[in-house]
Amino acid sequence: MPRVVVIGIGNRDRGDDAFGRVVAARLRGRLSGHVSLIEVDGEATALLDCLGEADSAIVIDAAVSGSDPGEIHRFDAAREPLPAAQYSLSTHGFGIAEALELARTLGTLPGRCIVYTAEARSFELGAPLSPELVLAVEEVAARVIADADQWSPAHA
Amino acid sequence: MARKTIKVDNLARVEGEGALTVVIRDNRVQSAELRIFEPPRFFEAFLRGRAYSEAPDITARICGICPVAYQMSSVHAMEDAFGIAVGGQLRALRRLLYCGEWIESHGLHVYMLHAPDFLGYEGALEMAKDHADVVKRGLALKKAGNGLMTVIGGREVHPINVRVGGFYKAPLKRDLVEAAEALKRARDIAVDTVRWVAGFDFPDCTRDYELVSLQHPDEYPFNEGHIVSNRGLDITAHEYDQHFGEQHVPHSNALQSRKRDDGGAYLVGPLARYGLNFERLSPLAKEAARSAGLRPVCMNPYQSIVVRAVELVYACDEAIRIIEAYERPEQPLVPVVPRAGIGYGATEAPRGMIYHCYHLDHDGTILNAKIIPPTSQNQATIEEDLTAFVNAWLDLPETALRHRCEQTVRNYDPCISCATHFLDLRLDRG
Repeated sequence: MPRVVVIGIGNRDRGDDAFGRVVAARLRGRLSGHVSLIEVDGEATALLDCLGEADSAIVIDAAVSGSDPGEIHRFDAAREPLPAAQYSLSTHGFGIAEALELARTLGTLPGRCIVYTAEARSFELGAPLSPELVLAVEEVAARVIADADQWSPAHA
Repeated sequence: MARKTIKVDNLARVEGEGALTVVIRDNRVQSAELRIFEPPRFFEAFLRGRAYSEAPDITARICGICPVAYQMSSVHAMEDAFGIAVGGQLRALRRLLYCGEWIESHGLHVYMLHAPDFLGYEGALEMAKDHADVVKRGLALKKAGNGLMTVIGGREVHPINVRVGGFYKAPLKRDLVEAAEALKRARDIAVDTVRWVAGFDFPDCTRDYELVSLQHPDEYPFNEGHIVSNRGLDITAHEYDQHFGEQHVPHSNALQSRKRDDGGAYLVGPLARYGLNFERLSPLAKEAARSAGLRPVCMNPYQSIVVRAVELVYACDEAIRIIEAYERPEQPLVPVVPRAGIGYGATEAPRGMIYHCYHLDHDGTILNAKIIPPTSQNQATIEEDLTAFVNAWLDLPETALRHRCEQTVRNYDPCISCATHFLDLRLDRG
C-alpha cells in the first residue's frame, strides 16, 4: 500500500501562518483511509521525518511572495525546487524550501510531492486568519482531496 | 570619522525572529543591538483568567523547539503554589521528557544550525551536498529525541500528556524500552559528535562571564534545584525577582534581563550549566568532555557546540538510566487541590534557564503570569560578546564579517521568538 501523507504546516498563534494547520483541520475525516494527515509547526526536520516515511506527499503552508493575499499556488516539488525566495518568510529558522531540498539531497523526497501555498497577509501574534485566507481554505482542501484521490490504490 | 554599520536583516539558522545592528566608529565597535520579537509577553496576557490546568498546554505553544521547558516550568510553578511535591517515577518521567527535548533541540542546533558555521557552509542544505552522512547522523539523533517525546508526551512536539501533578497517562515500560534501543544508538552518535565538533577551528575568544544555572546536589539540572552562579549566588526560584530584573531597551520589544545589584549581564545555557555542574555529569559525558580537551569550565562561547554535544551524551545516558530503572507508577499523577497563592518555577530549557511566576486565585484561576525565557536573559551577554569580539575581525571582507556576527549570535542557539524566524543584521560603518 503506498504511503500518502498530507502535511499542514504552521503556527496556530501567528495569524496567517496557521493556514496549513487550518486546512489540515478542515480535511479531518474527509480523506481516504490510505492517507495520513499530519500537522507540524514547520520545524524543518520534523517535516523531513514526515516526508521520509511517505511515497507521496502533499504539503500545505502559508507563503509570502508578493502575490495578493489569499492567492493559491501549487508546486510540483518532486519535479523542481520551490522558488526559494518565496519562502524566506516561512516562519521557521530553517524553512520549508530548504527542508524539501534537503530531502532531495538525502534521497528521501517522496516520488510525488505537491506543495500548496496561500499568500499570507499578516503574521500577527494571536490574530485569526485574514479573510482572504479564510476563503482559500476550502479551495485548497478540495484540491488536496482531489490530488490524494488520484493517488488512491483504486486509481493505481 | 570612519563609520560602518553591520546589519543582519535576515539571520538564518536561529530559532525565531530578530535583527542585529552593529555600529562601528573609527574602526572600533561602538555598539551592538540585538532586537528580538518575543511571544511570551503575548502568552502572559493570554494566560490571565485561564485555569491553572490550562497553563501546560498554552505555554507549550510558546516554542516549537522547547515546549517541554515552557510547560514544565508552568507545572512546577503551579505545584509550588499548591504545595505539591511530585517524586518517584513521576519525577523520573519528567526528567526523561527533558532528555527528549534536549536531544531534539541540541541535535538540531549542533548539526543543522551551528556546524555549517564551522565548516564554511551557508547552511545544512549546502553541507548535506558534501556531507550527507553527517546530516543523517544529526537527523538520527533528533529522531531518537522525537521518539522519546512521542512515548512520554503523546506526540513529537507540543507534548499533550503533561498536567499539573503528573501525567494524564504513564507510559508502559515496554514502550520506553523500545525507545531506549534508539537512544543507545543515539548515545554512540553523541559520543562521536563530541569528537567531531571538538576538531572544529574555534576563535580564541573568552570572557569572564557570570554563569547562572540551576544546581541540584545529586544530578545534572533539568527541572529542580537552586539558582546558582560562579560568583556566589545561591537562591531559590522564589528569590529570582529580587536578584534579576527585566528592563525595556528601546531597540527590542523583548525585556532584557540583568542582575539587579550591579546591572550586569549574565549567561544562561549550556556553558553555564556545564561550568557549574561538571561533576554531576555521567562518567561517559565527563570522559567525552575530557577527551575533547574541554576543561570543567569553558568560557569560550564558540565552543558551546562542544558543550552541547557533551550534554547530548549526558541526555542519552540519563534517559537510558531512567528507562532501565522505570517501573510504571500505579497512578499517573498526585492529587491536586488548588489554593490562592504565588507559585514559582525555574527549569533548564536546552538554551538556558527559564523562569515562570503565577499569581493564582483560590480556585486556581491565573491572575497574573510572568515568563522569562533564556534568550531574553542572554540578550545583553550576546550584545557584549559582539562588542568584545567583533573588533578583531573588522578588517575581514564584509561577507566574512557578517558571518562572524551571525555566528556569534548563533553560539547561543537563540530562540529569538520561538515562533517566526529571521534576524535582520545591519553593519553600520557610517
